[in-house]
Amino acid sequence: MLSIEHYLFLSLALFIIGVVGVVTRRNVIVVLMSIELILNAVNINLVAFSRLYGDVAGQVFALFIIADAAAEAAVGLGIIIAFFRNRETVLADEMDLLKW
Amino acid sequence: MTNPIIQATIEFLKAFWAPLLCGVAIVAVLPLIVGYIVLVERKLMADMQARLGPMRVGPHGLLQPIADAVKLLIKEDIIPDNADKLVFWLAPVLSVGAALLSLAGLAIGPAFQIAQDINIGILFVVGVSALGIFGIVLGGWASNSHYSLMGALRSSAQLVSYETAAGMALVSALLFTGTLNIKSIVEAQSNEGIWFVMLAPVAFFTYLVASIAETNRAPFDLPEAESELVSGYMTEFSGFRWSLYFLAEYANMIVVASVATTLFLGGWLRPFSKVHELPGFHLLNLLDFVPVLLMVAIGVYCLQRTPKQPTRVQQMFMFAVAGLCFVLGLVLLVPVVVPIAKPFYAGIHGGFWFILKVSLYIYFFMWLRFTIPRYRFDQLMRLGWHFLIPLSIVNVLLVGVALIAGSYFHLQGWGLLLVTTPAAIITLIVAFLILAIEKEHGAPQDQSAASDFYAG
Amino acid sequence: MLDKVLFYFFAGTAVASGVLMVTRRNVVHSAIFLITALLATAGIFLQLRAEFLFIVQIILYVGGIMVLFVFVIMLVNLDVALQQIQFARQRWVGLFVALALAAQVSFMFWTSGKMPGQGLPVLTAAAATKLPPNSEAVARSLFESYLLPFEIASVLLLVAMIGAVVMAKKRA
Repeated sequence: MLSIEHYLFLSLALFIIGVVGVVTRRNVIVVLMSIELILNAVNINLVAFSRLYGDVAGQVFALFIIADAAAEAAVGLGIIIAFFRNRETVLADEMDLLKW
Repeated sequence: MTNPIIQATIEFLKAFWAPLLCGVAIVAVLPLIVGYIVLVERKLMADMQARLGPMRVGPHGLLQPIADAVKLLIKEDIIPDNADKLVFWLAPVLSVGAALLSLAGLAIGPAFQIAQDINIGILFVVGVSALGIFGIVLGGWASNSHYSLMGALRSSAQLVSYETAAGMALVSALLFTGTLNIKSIVEAQSNEGIWFVMLAPVAFFTYLVASIAETNRAPFDLPEAESELVSGYMTEFSGFRWSLYFLAEYANMIVVASVATTLFLGGWLRPFSKVHELPGFHLLNLLDFVPVLLMVAIGVYCLQRTPKQPTRVQQMFMFAVAGLCFVLGLVLLVPVVVPIAKPFYAGIHGGFWFILKVSLYIYFFMWLRFTIPRYRFDQLMRLGWHFLIPLSIVNVLLVGVALIAGSYFHLQGWGLLLVTTPAAIITLIVAFLILAIEKEHGAPQDQSAASDFYAG
Repeated sequence: MLDKVLFYFFAGTAVASGVLMVTRRNVVHSAIFLITALLATAGIFLQLRAEFLFIVQIILYVGGIMVLFVFVIMLVNLDVALQQIQFARQRWVGLFVALALAAQVSFMFWTSGKMPGQGLPVLTAAAATKLPPNSEAVARSLFESYLLPFEIASVLLLVAMIGAVVMAKKRA
């Protein structure tokens, strides 16, 4: 029988993989993709609890998170394109204009 | 550990063996059907260009698709030098997979649906067919060629742009049904007694144009035209891989036509289907004999052409085709006249009317292809973003207002025409206003700066 | 039984795709693995009987956001970046911190089921047939209880659209 623990552990696993991606990779596009993975982990968590308590609010919240992720991905990728036009790089180490 | 998996598989097979069989049948038969649709297109193209088309292979060229299929299968499989092999293999598979998966959600007639009774019916079909975009983009990238990549980016930009307009057009029609379930949509049209194309004509027109763009058909076929980027993203794919892309394109055409038929043209309903439920005899019930008469007419035509065939083999083949038409006519006649077979009426005649409407929609696609010249890419994008999307959004708004007015005055069925026709007229006025504003600001034909990245 | 097999299939695909996504050198391969991870997540939603969210995930996330990602990857794809070091200088510290976080949270999950009187509830499969039609329930909730967040989300999307267009435009 599937219990809520199964979904919680799955959500935790995806979240940690996403966190490792954000912290470890140099390519900012991969960092953005890892952020999307984190958001998906949270969505799984929300929908699992929504199914547990029979309340559709969890799914509505997940829907808003998906809409929000779309907005954030669009703006983030716009920033990356704008930066790439100026500096010809997508590696996080080399985006150091604000360093003294 | 394997025992639960085997148990689960047996449980799954016991519950879903019928839809699985239908699915396997469709996947097996679809390449043949697509081949014959291509033959029809070539014959139609020939007819509109005052020539004959394929005539050599089989009687009147009827075996041409089989020859083409064999040729494609035995062609050499060329992979470009620095191409990414995994993605090169994956791209056509993604295209075909998405197209076939969306076919699973459609209902051909009330008795034939693979994924039965899904809550999100039509949204499933539209959403999964949008996955085909990846087949195009990844195919263009994996070809390791600038022109393929540009063609792929252009094609996917076009698909994404027209998806919004198509979705909004579908929403306008869904306002009348209140549900996304495919069978319930057709039932709603049956209950109202009127097809949604008459209640939301602007939505039908928008979906027609958007679906032509969605399937990369002319006049929106710039990404794959031969005189442009050498057939764009499909350039480096040869033999079987190319035939997969081709199959995906025509399967997408069938999907899009089926969605339009279900939502706008009454699905599997006969014209004036509500008359069928009334007791006694009605003149309009004679429409039940139209399928039979159509099949008999085709059979008689084939019989007439039989003596005029050049060889004995072709004469026998034509005779067999005529016999097949007569048998189909008989199958269509039985549920109408024989009282015992009445329960089969909905399934058989429903399937016939559905296939007839889908064929008419695809015929219109082909007709447009041979009549209208191609759109340039920036004209295409301008049409999608500046004209179709505002039009479809305004249409949703006005149809919603019309529905509220209709329920306030307790209108039903044909009475809804009283409120939706003014809404359609206002939408048309808005459309002309948008076109006038566009003409005023003018398309940037003489400006030197490129209007977008993809125009080159 | 079928539930369990489906769950393990989708969960395994999601985790494997996630790991592969984070470790690939080629960014397009990472994008493909993210697509499979998102499709597996959609499968988990379907397995949890959230059909509307399943199709929204496929249309928006896979069919919208990932297409955007793949476009941008193809615009900024540098062969030079392919040869350089893929992982930042702080990779081992980052990995250690993430694993410590994972250990902490899983310890919390593990023990909260074991404390007396505080067991984690079990998801029953029997309630599936009594669920109301999913799209209707979500739509009702969205337009009745959560109308304000819905409107705010639409304003947010408008702002994001304007921002993205302004930033990606070429200076005339």
